[in-house]
Amino acid sequence: MTEARRPQWLKRALIAAGIVVVLYGLELVVQAVTIEYVQRIMLLAGINVILAVGLNLINGTTGQFSIGHAGFMAVGAYGSAFLGVQLAPIVAGALGSGPLADGVTFNVGLVLGGLLAGGAGLLVGIPSLRLRGDYLAVVTLGFGEIIRILFNNAKFLGGATGYSGDNPAGLPPYTTFFWVFLWVMVVIAVIKNLTFSQTGRSLSAIREDEIAAEAMGTPTVRLKVTAFAFSAAAAGVAGGLFAHMQSGVRPEDFRFERSIDMIVMIIVGGLGSISGAVLGGIFVAVSLELMRDFQEYRLVLYALLLIVIMIVRPQGLLGNREIGEFLRFGKKKSGPELSG
Amino acid sequence: MSELVQQIINGLSLGSIYALIALGYTMVYGILKLINFAHGEVFMIGSYAGYYAATVFGIERYQASGATFPLYMAVVVLVVAMAAAALLGVSIEFLAYRPVRSAPRLTPLITAIGVSLFLQNAAMLVFSPNPRAYPAIIHEVRFEAGGVIITNIKLTIFIVALLLMFGLHVLVQKTWTGRAMRALSVNLDAAKLMGIDTNRTIQATFAIGSALAAAGGILFGLDQITINPLMGVLTGLKAFVAAVLGGIGNIPGAVLGGLLIGLAEQLTAGYLSPDYRDAITFLILIFVLILKPEGLLGVVRQEKV
Repeated sequence: MTEARRPQWLKRALIAAGIVVVLYGLELVVQAVTIEYVQRIMLLAGINVILAVGLNLINGTTGQFSIGHAGFMAVGAYGSAFLGVQLAPIVAGALGSGPLADGVTFNVGLVLGGLLAGGAGLLVGIPSLRLRGDYLAVVTLGFGEIIRILFNNAKFLGGATGYSGDNPAGLPPYTTFFWVFLWVMVVIAVIKNLTFSQTGRSLSAIREDEIAAEAMGTPTVRLKVTAFAFSAAAAGVAGGLFAHMQSGVRPEDFRFERSIDMIVMIIVGGLGSISGAVLGGIFVAVSLELMRDFQEYRLVLYALLLIVIMIVRPQGLLGNREIGEFLRFGKKKSGPELSG
Repeated sequence: MSELVQQIINGLSLGSIYALIALGYTMVYGILKLINFAHGEVFMIGSYAGYYAATVFGIERYQASGATFPLYMAVVVLVVAMAAAALLGVSIEFLAYRPVRSAPRLTPLITAIGVSLFLQNAAMLVFSPNPRAYPAIIHEVRFEAGGVIITNIKLTIFIVALLLMFGLHVLVQKTWTGRAMRALSVNLDAAKLMGIDTNRTIQATFAIGSALAAAGGILFGLDQITINPLMGVLTGLKAFVAAVLGGIGNIPGAVLGGLLIGLAEQLTAGYLSPDYRDAITFLILIFVLILKPEGLLGVVRQEKV
């Protein structure tokens, strides 16, 4: 047993190391080749991918519906920005200031921001997920609004003008290509392992038929709350990355529109498909840029897109299949289709 | 003491507006088990319909000449706005909800969110995002008794809401359409087998609910003085919470829930801080979901396969 397991473990470590090296190489290439504007779109696309893959776990795989994920993103953004500013001098004292200390501060801040958002997810999820899925939609919508009102009134976090640390230059610009896409990889790996595990199958069972799943002994409430907390935590990490890309976080960054952006991402890509969520995240980042001059029409078009997709192809572009299954023509399909 | 009475009066008048909107949520949910997210936008567009109707009927002319807008004209404005909203509600049902009615429950929910978003943003393009002063279709008169101020507007809001709710009660309990609605809410398929025209009954439900929301929209405009294209979001949510509080699917429950939410909001704004007036509603929602998810007047329904 141990002989068989060890190479597996070694293989994974090598893949992880390979990803880090490749990302670092890509970062150098991106810095050298592209202009700042293009880099910004790439960073936003990466952040969107984290948001979409996270939201997809609850909205797609589990079949519950959150429409207030901007709130969890806000918790993560404020949490990691505020804690990062508090941590920076301590870490710099221990490691000496430099890129290493910055990296440690940033990532500890992101993890803490993610945990805070996950905690907020538990708080919201426990009362609403005991009931049928559509209550979650309303509660999350309310939560998203309340959290914005709270940040608007929180004096120590800058109130309506937002939080940008003690430095007049604003939050340190920690967010780089390398860190964003490293976190993209981490989040995708965690969510993929969760989705394709026994837990993941139970989550799909809840989506397909909650009563039947419960009759088979699946602890539905516990699993729904767990999936929701994971999903909120991913949004929190994305919020932290977003915060350190701008010079500060403002309550206005987390309006209802941002939750809608996330929903568009996962519905365009296909509810329940991780690769679909990745495509959707990139789609929204790019379309946001292309439509920059037509901002006032963007949401009208997104809304029409949602309605038309629901009527014509409710499972989205890829349905709940992964893109690999489309590339390997005629091979086995995994997972049941959303029933019509 | 007079302070408390004042808050209660304000709360009841605000609450009766929530009640009017909550009725639409609860009726649609009772029949289709769908949270009609677009209902808040129907309320907003109903309010704008009243605004334009008042303009078309020459409210500026009356105001310029110093005369008050006659009462029968105010009633005409109300009826026009209610009819416009009913048409909108029926179109939404026909164009967006009917094609997805038999799909898994997430599909209609996302469609409803899409419709809500579409109407909000289309309204911002058409009406402009800036708030507008609502035409005073009723001239304000103040009465004062023992430090408590009552305006005829607050009284009108309360009376109009009460009349409409009484009308709805008669319609649901005493007419064939109402009986069909009640049958649908018990079991849609069985109702169909009994020969009830389900499509027509659902259309009637949307028409009535939307008309009540438009009435709420006009009363809201009178009460709050300005309207804007995003006013349906928060007000719609509060009305939905009111419906849940009273027991979703239950008509008297929606009225009770609306009044309680209005009171809670005013008392919070008056005695705690106006900053928390929006937050209290969601706190109530969370507590209802934890303690009594079927609502005050709702009945527990076992989910069946």
